[in-house]
Amino acid sequence: MARRWTNKLTLADATPQAAFWNRRRIMAGLAGSGLAAALGSQAQAELAQAEQAGADQVLEPNTWEEVTSYCNFYEFGTGKGDPSEYAGRMTTDPWSVAIDGMVDKPGEYSFEQILGEMTLEERIYRFRCVEAWSMVVPWQGFELADLLTLAGVQEGAKYVAFETLYRPSEMPGTAYKVLDWPYREGLRLDEAMHPLTIMATGVFGQPLPNQNGAPLRLVVPWKYGFKSIKSVVRITLTDQEPPTSWNMANPREYGFYSNVNPDVSHPRWSQASERRIGGGLFARRQPTLMFNGYEAEVAALYEGMDLSEYF
Amino acid sequence: MAFANQLIRRLPVWAVYLLGALPAPWLFYLGLTGGLGVEPVKALEHKYGELALQLLILTLAISPLRRLLGLNLLKFRRAAGLLCFFYVLCHLLVWLVLDVQILGQILTDIAKRPYITIGMGAFVLMLPLALTSSNLAVRKLGRAWSRLHRLTYAAAVLGAAHYVMLSKGFQIEPLIYLGLVLFLLALRLAGSRWLRQAAGVGV
Repeated sequence: MARRWTNKLTLADATPQAAFWNRRRIMAGLAGSGLAAALGSQAQAELAQAEQAGADQVLEPNTWEEVTSYCNFYEFGTGKGDPSEYAGRMTTDPWSVAIDGMVDKPGEYSFEQILGEMTLEERIYRFRCVEAWSMVVPWQGFELADLLTLAGVQEGAKYVAFETLYRPSEMPGTAYKVLDWPYREGLRLDEAMHPLTIMATGVFGQPLPNQNGAPLRLVVPWKYGFKSIKSVVRITLTDQEPPTSWNMANPREYGFYSNVNPDVSHPRWSQASERRIGGGLFARRQPTLMFNGYEAEVAALYEGMDLSEYF
Repeated sequence: MAFANQLIRRLPVWAVYLLGALPAPWLFYLGLTGGLGVEPVKALEHKYGELALQLLILTLAISPLRRLLGLNLLKFRRAAGLLCFFYVLCHLLVWLVLDVQILGQILTDIAKRPYITIGMGAFVLMLPLALTSSNLAVRKLGRAWSRLHRLTYAAAVLGAAHYVMLSKGFQIEPLIYLGLVLFLLALRLAGSRWLRQAAGVGV
């Protein structure tokens, strides 16, 4: 029996670090959300400090229930509740990731092997779906750059392609050709190597629930959520822009880049504002931030590009 | 069928209005209290829209059901139509007030997003139908009333197309709704042709 990783970090350990790392503050007003109790007084003090340091954003994590019950994972159905209902039957142990293409050490990397080599850390990120809803998620994971370096990226590689598990016997949603399975995504190599880009293996200090993309998934916080491909089984280094599922299904509506951008509308809805999950029936919409609030970190990647053309 | 028709005759129309309208406040209550999941606005919007489509299909099915199966639901047709309009109104209000909220964005959405333009079109077509649903209007308008109420067909096609167009990827459910609407309209077309032929033979 393979040994499964379990995270010993709790939110109480991780939140202040993440807040510091992100230079963002978390409002102290978490009373009633259950998080107030989790955050110790020292953490509160650190938060207040971070607040004073002139941080510009408020990042209050969503709840476990919100993050794990409202998901898009079309392999299990198109309803938001389908993944949490049906993904339990997906076998995630044993699990391995094929890393191939333009790498020095291609091969099947078992999940345990990967974990043994990587350093896990907490990252609290905004998560913005192309459908104009958003959450804040406390992930645990490692930088994708570390994994790619482990495999040895060869000279001339320009893109990274990803593939989700395709196992119809465990994935009722694949009975319909909603998309051309398996689900595929891709990044430019510099996007993949960016320190904000992580492979997540956990949320809230727990191993990823299946509906959230167990046992490991990509998280690219400045792009629409569908770029953050779940339950990854293949990573391929290539010199060609790889085909991606939503772009193949509807190239007019979903570009390869799919950076969060309030100024470039999706043809069927505006992207100027978003609905934060968890506000209930009467929550106000919030303005969507350029690159989902990570403009300072990633804008340089797209210098000189017309973002309405490369959407 | 005679037995079913007898039961139907005993069911008062007001009970149908009451039963038909109840899901609206019930769903709203569920949305307020967490019963619709963590994103109640979209859930409520979709439920109201879905109910409106189902009632629209029921309205269209009443006359073929009588003609082909002998099931007589005719006395509930006005109730079904008005309830359908009621849910379209609820759907629209949730979208306007709870979902999009921002007037500028509402107007852009109506003008620029084809599925919303079409949905608004269906609503506008239904307005005169709801307004002329009283006995008085039926009497005053005479034959024009029947002609006017053929707008239902257009509204049904637009409503179902609205659902198909807003879905992501290739999804079955909205296509079933559109298929049902088109099937019921085809039945009508075939029916009227058959009636004309029968009338021709009679002469």
